[in-house]
Amino acid sequence: MKSPSTLKFVLAASALGFSFAGAAQAQETIKIGSVLSATGPASFLGEPEDKTLRLYVDKINEAGGINGKKIELVVYDDGGDANKARTFATRLVEDDEVVAMVGGTTTGTTMAMIPVFQDAEVPFISLAGAIEVVDPVREYVFKTPHTDKMACEKIFEDLKKRNLTKIGMISGTDGFGASMRAQCIKVAPNYGMEIAIDESYGPRDSDMTAQLTKIKNTPGVQAVVNPGFGQGPAIVTRNYAQLGMTGTPLYQSHGVASKSFIELAGPAAEGVRLPAAALLVGDKLPENDPQKKVVTDYKQTYESATKQPVSTFGGHAYDGLFILVEAMKRANSTDPQKIRDEIEKTKGFVGTGGIVTMSPTDHLGLDLSAFRMLEIKNGDWNLAQSGS
Amino acid sequence: MRAFANHRFLTLAILAAVIAVLPLVFPSSYYFRVASLVWVSALAAIGLNILMGQAGQVSLGHAAFFGIGAYAVGIGPAHLGIPSWAALLLGAALSAVLAYLVGRPILRLKGHYLAIATLGLGVLVALVISTESGWTGGPDGMPVARLTLFGWRVSGSDTWYWVTGGLLLVGTWIALNLDETPTGRAFRALHDSEVAAQVVGVDIARFKLQAFVIAAVYASLAGSALAFMNGFITPDQAGFLHSVELVTIVVLGGLGSVVGSIVGAAVLVTLPQALTVFHEYEHLLLGLIIIVSMIFMRNGIVPSLSALFFQRARS
Amino acid sequence: MAEFLQFLISGLTVGAVYALVALGFTLIYNASGVVNFAQGEFVMLGGMVTVFTFAAGVPLPLAALFAIVVSIVVGLLLHRLAIEPARGASAVTLIIITIGASILLRGVAQIVFDKQFHKLPAFTGDAPVDIMGAAVQPQSFWVLGGAGVVVLGLYVFLEHTVLGKAVLATAANRLAARLVGINTTTIMALAFGGSAAIGAVAGILVTPITLTSYDVGTLLALKGFAAAMLGGMGNPLGAVVGGLLLGLLEAFGAGYLSSTYKDAFAFLVILIVLFAAPQGLFGRRVVERV
Repeated sequence: MKSPSTLKFVLAASALGFSFAGAAQAQETIKIGSVLSATGPASFLGEPEDKTLRLYVDKINEAGGINGKKIELVVYDDGGDANKARTFATRLVEDDEVVAMVGGTTTGTTMAMIPVFQDAEVPFISLAGAIEVVDPVREYVFKTPHTDKMACEKIFEDLKKRNLTKIGMISGTDGFGASMRAQCIKVAPNYGMEIAIDESYGPRDSDMTAQLTKIKNTPGVQAVVNPGFGQGPAIVTRNYAQLGMTGTPLYQSHGVASKSFIELAGPAAEGVRLPAAALLVGDKLPENDPQKKVVTDYKQTYESATKQPVSTFGGHAYDGLFILVEAMKRANSTDPQKIRDEIEKTKGFVGTGGIVTMSPTDHLGLDLSAFRMLEIKNGDWNLAQSGS
Repeated sequence: MRAFANHRFLTLAILAAVIAVLPLVFPSSYYFRVASLVWVSALAAIGLNILMGQAGQVSLGHAAFFGIGAYAVGIGPAHLGIPSWAALLLGAALSAVLAYLVGRPILRLKGHYLAIATLGLGVLVALVISTESGWTGGPDGMPVARLTLFGWRVSGSDTWYWVTGGLLLVGTWIALNLDETPTGRAFRALHDSEVAAQVVGVDIARFKLQAFVIAAVYASLAGSALAFMNGFITPDQAGFLHSVELVTIVVLGGLGSVVGSIVGAAVLVTLPQALTVFHEYEHLLLGLIIIVSMIFMRNGIVPSLSALFFQRARS
Repeated sequence: MAEFLQFLISGLTVGAVYALVALGFTLIYNASGVVNFAQGEFVMLGGMVTVFTFAAGVPLPLAALFAIVVSIVVGLLLHRLAIEPARGASAVTLIIITIGASILLRGVAQIVFDKQFHKLPAFTGDAPVDIMGAAVQPQSFWVLGGAGVVVLGLYVFLEHTVLGKAVLATAANRLAARLVGINTTTIMALAFGGSAAIGAVAGILVTPITLTSYDVGTLLALKGFAAAMLGGMGNPLGAVVGGLLLGLLEAFGAGYLSSTYKDAFAFLVILIVLFAAPQGLFGRRVVERV
């Protein structure tokens, strides 16, 4: 029986690693925490966020840190599980004693962690999409990604310009898809949109032709909107072309905003429109666009370091980190309360997602202009000519 | 029999002592949180162990009952105006009734067929929870109102540590007693051989159903406790992966061993916390540890180690 | 009619994958009594290894072959290092070992590969084929045909070769098989290798349609297990029928009933079938000996 000792050894070794990690904190560092879904069903969001944070914290430290102090980044992987996220949040606040947190990949994990940071009065910049993260406004909670409500509004705005009012919807039943679907149904009347048919698919489904056939056979559908993230929208887009539906405009959401969507969907992606951050079309922005420099720099840095195409998800982490860093510089302090106050005063911050101006009643600080309507042409993102 | 009664008392006393002493060595309230999670998982696992270890029936959908308990205390106060404590009882009752109703036909199935039927039940419950977003908040989950008992607002990691610790003690006590009642003996007979048990006059169907209902109530109470503790609940808690985790806890700790379920929960809850230092190697190591421990302690940690201990003591 | 055909082909394509996974379950279950929850990981390996080898410049057929070989090696290692050392342990202990193996394999895959989604080009182009109004991807024919070849090959192997008959004998009664001189350990290794190969083939065939990533295995294992149970655990024919049926249930459920509740619909039917026929559609009645 050598097994129990083997197990004990492993346990002891990990416990040791555990306490060393705790003891290794130098005096003159600023601890920033992060809980991300680097594995699990939202890993393609969490992974670029993880890489972005590590990459830029190293860069900031190489450049001398913040006000002379280096940043120590503590990252935990919640695997997309809200209960785990909650535990790691407690760990960050109680054990690691971080001064602020940038993380929370999904709305579910973010919502589960919010009470921890509110109670501990530690600022929390979330990377999750849904509007309920910042509505109602909570004192210590901020977020960087555009809300799903804004995505619906941007899409409907574009549809209205094209005089298309009767739409079909096909949504993922994951958190992202379900939340955006609900928002779209809510704001549709404001834009005179009629949702003629409302279908859905599971987060891991591999064939959506059945649902799309139903949409195809619904009379009068002028456009189709697909709230969803992950591989689902790519399969929807491919099935859409397979069924010969490309005559009807297809709108994807900001949940597919990485180049891999175009690669996965292939030629079927031609003509697909979606609202997304300027990051995806950095090279096509006019020279005088205020975001041009930020987004091309980030894209270049991220792609050369990771050898992976840039995504807006990593961009959200970049924005969150730098909103925090600038707030800490202004506060010239590591007091969470002071940092929180300065985050709320963020004004005219140029990020990858847009120009951020927060206020006590707005902890997102982006408006519809932060979204660009993109169209996929020749296998690349392009700014859509509105009204065409 | 006396020896068994003493053994039972000793187990409870040790558990109570561990719960009482642990806080003395906890450096921060994060440790209270992790320990509370262990107690909650252990409670659910002890219940499942009554079904799996004693009645020999595998359930791959047990998180469904955990989810029902959790969502009962979320939905009850928020949508139906039911006080939290009543919602907790209602959730447990609902789980019991559901277990009773579906248990009848399901428990006629044997072995892996029972597993797939319970798995189907779990998938159905999880799907309803994540789809009916008007009630449950959908896949992103819903907030849960704090538990208030006689004007006392139960909150804070350390408070929940004591509440869940107390729950676990009661749950352990009941499970240990069950072991020694005629029901418990019937369960064990069932585990050994169904046909043999039937021949000597054990009403198999009734005992299986009883075990299933008891296990459901345990899981439901654990789910309610977790929901109160977190103040937020997502459908993950009712999902397939959580069911698998519960089964893993039971088997890893030791089928049929009440203490084993607690140890199994302690290992499986704290291991991911300890393994975070290995970053991307975390899952690889978790899988490896599960495989290695099951190979070398195939009856589970507690039964295997105690067998080893007694063997040494004798020689 | 066109609509019906569209649902039918969609269901059969997805069902063929479930059938192959279920077949993998069945093969291992028959030879060893183990319910292998790492079966989905073989599908993942088939897809991911092909994607990465192909991306490295290896021609697609060679990349696919390489992926099958890698999966077989992993299957054999799984048997040799995790199942064989635990021989004699209870069924549920072995299940937990395979669950551990599936976590381990996913953990390795996320390090060796990455956590992004990947695709393969369709073997014979993307232009949909029109069949009486239904638009069908050419790759669907590859999936259906490939699954057919695998099933046929397995049938010939089991029924018409000595080795295959040894597998069947082991499945029927392991002790008796050993008594007549069959090396059951070799048979078990063979089952794990074969099952891994079948999983890998499924992964390679279906990746051009469904895309793949390091964690596609979990859901496939769940669905494949359900399909195997629906057909009757231990019966290869049952596994194939169960898989196709599950795929059809999902497609028709999504098409004619509700796409939100299509999984519920599928599982509801499984529950009803099991209540009516507790051994599955083609299962054997097992009498417990005391």
